[in-house]
Amino acid sequence: MITAERKPLDEIIDYIKPFSRILLVGCNECVTVCAAGGRKEVGLLSSALQMAFMKEGKVLDVKELTLERQCDPEYVEELVPLIDQVDAVVSMACGCGVQEVAKRFKEKPVFPAVNTKFMGASERQGVWAERCQGCGDCVLGMTGGICPVARCSKRLLNGPCGGSSNGKCEINPEVDCAWQLIWDRLKSLGIEKTYEEIVPAKDWRTSRDGGPRKIIREDLA
Amino acid sequence: MDTFEPVIVAFCCHYCAYTAADMAGTMRYSYPPNVYIIRVPCSGKVDALHIMKAFQKGADGVYVAGCLEGDCHFKTGNIKAAHMVAYLKGLLDEIGIGAERLEMFTMSAGMGERFARIATDFTERIRKLGPNPAKAGSDKTDKVAVG
Amino acid sequence: MKTESVLEKVLAAGHLAVTSECGPPRGAVPEKIREKADILRGYVDAINVTDNQTAVVRMSSFAACLIIKQMGLEPILQMVTRDRNRLAMQSDIIGAYSHGINTMLCLSGDHPCFGDHPMAANVYDLDSIQFIQMVRKMRDEGKFQGGDDILNPPKMFIGAAANPFADPFELRVPRLAKKVKAGADFIQTQCVYNVEKFEKWMEGVRERGLHEKISILAGVTPMKSVGMARYMKNKVPGMDVPDELVKRISGVPKDKQAEEGIKICVETIEHLREVDGVRGFHIMAIEWEQKVPEIVERAGLYPRPKI
Repeated sequence: MITAERKPLDEIIDYIKPFSRILLVGCNECVTVCAAGGRKEVGLLSSALQMAFMKEGKVLDVKELTLERQCDPEYVEELVPLIDQVDAVVSMACGCGVQEVAKRFKEKPVFPAVNTKFMGASERQGVWAERCQGCGDCVLGMTGGICPVARCSKRLLNGPCGGSSNGKCEINPEVDCAWQLIWDRLKSLGIEKTYEEIVPAKDWRTSRDGGPRKIIREDLA
Repeated sequence: MDTFEPVIVAFCCHYCAYTAADMAGTMRYSYPPNVYIIRVPCSGKVDALHIMKAFQKGADGVYVAGCLEGDCHFKTGNIKAAHMVAYLKGLLDEIGIGAERLEMFTMSAGMGERFARIATDFTERIRKLGPNPAKAGSDKTDKVAVG
Repeated sequence: MKTESVLEKVLAAGHLAVTSECGPPRGAVPEKIREKADILRGYVDAINVTDNQTAVVRMSSFAACLIIKQMGLEPILQMVTRDRNRLAMQSDIIGAYSHGINTMLCLSGDHPCFGDHPMAANVYDLDSIQFIQMVRKMRDEGKFQGGDDILNPPKMFIGAAANPFADPFELRVPRLAKKVKAGADFIQTQCVYNVEKFEKWMEGVRERGLHEKISILAGVTPMKSVGMARYMKNKVPGMDVPDELVKRISGVPKDKQAEEGIKICVETIEHLREVDGVRGFHIMAIEWEQKVPEIVERAGLYPRPKI
């Protein structure tokens, strides 16, 4: 999923200070799962913002709505009946959702309430960790199902570097050395010999380096 | 400030604190009438939003009272509640309401005296802190509106 | 000979090679580089010039190499993939070679989080092994990494690093094998303090005959004090300093600890030169270059061969 974290309240308050009526929009997909911008977080933020305004002797009118999927224009349409009743929109979705709302309502200021972080998985309740960088040319088949692009701090395709220590990365003892994980997995698969094949320099065009990307499925489009 | 009587909302677990409140009454321990008790089936059932709404609607202090560690009828409801309270304290600090207006306490059903003491101490704490700044702000708006 | 590199010639002639290193200054003070390099004149075959070591900004390795080259000494251009993509690396390599710099060390580099610009984007377009492949392709095939022909391709003697002490240990020989396969000509290892572990690694190296395909220079760093020993042991990732060594240095009075450190360094060299497959030494006296001549002399590596 795409993970996100709520922005500091001060930053959000700074955005909406000039307004008195806002639409706070959550998303029922990834940000709900990572507890950053689902219905519940919308409620909490709404309450917190209203109190912050009350403290200053001001009133903030908040309309709350959590869309099924904010990155889909079809669902963003649901905001139409509300949009004229507000001065600005605050989105709790990932950057994709924020942009969809901004695109649909050109005359309304739209602000993000979360920082979109990474594509990750849930390690345990309340803990999410990065797993994929969307490089556009998956190497997991060569690396035992562990991604060196996303999980090695230097994204080495022929690791580990000299900083691997007791299975941990040199940048932080909390971070697993991706290449230790890869090596362990190659061994348990009995294919450790493949380690010595040099992975050639990556073609980063399929990644962000090639410019903004797009997928077109002719059969569906 | 002399006339300030804090409004305290106490979310009390049915299995411990709520019974402890009864016990306090039976044992004739008095506690301030400022404390409004809301019975919940488990402290873990208290939603963050309930607490925020309590503050938003004018509570000056809120506490959650659950079972002693290890005694939760639903195993870890009290621990979940403690985590949630810790998170909300941060949020309350961020918006300038103040973390000290929210607390988590634990007790057993038999601790009538503890219930009364916590209710008294917490009420005094909030009395010293003064009114919920959000309420104070909205009072200001009312005055502006009237004036 | 693949190149004009003095280091290659020294090794080809069967001598134990000696290299040392200079960290460039943190400002436009070329005289600092000259001072450091002058101390090493005549005592080493080539001088590594670090590339923003520990991710701290310094005078570029290329520029500092040039200063050393102009002094009539032999620089080794260190380059990390952390700060440059393949375009920048290749243009720097051509540039350096155009100025007669013909030996380089290909590294991935310390992560930016260790340095003075932790907020910087880290590039890592290539890893060190792909980097070696690229430099070899430039030299042997006369082609850029992208495939185009190079006019007068740079003939670099290609070095790489190896850390026999990092984890997982069982991967340390296979990883060296990958660097050999990629085309590295020589290796400079991480500082050796744990001689026993180093020898175990060399055993693995010899088992696969890698020592015949690549020249291994063992890295050594003299300890200035017990404080430094403890710091290296506890704070530097991938460093293996045995307890006995820390004990040995702490066992002598403070004013004698530096001398003890030199002594340990000399003993290490004397011991390692007998290890089959060790082809030389890389003496990294961190901000202590003035001690290198003494170490070289006392270890019996002086005078240096005239090539």
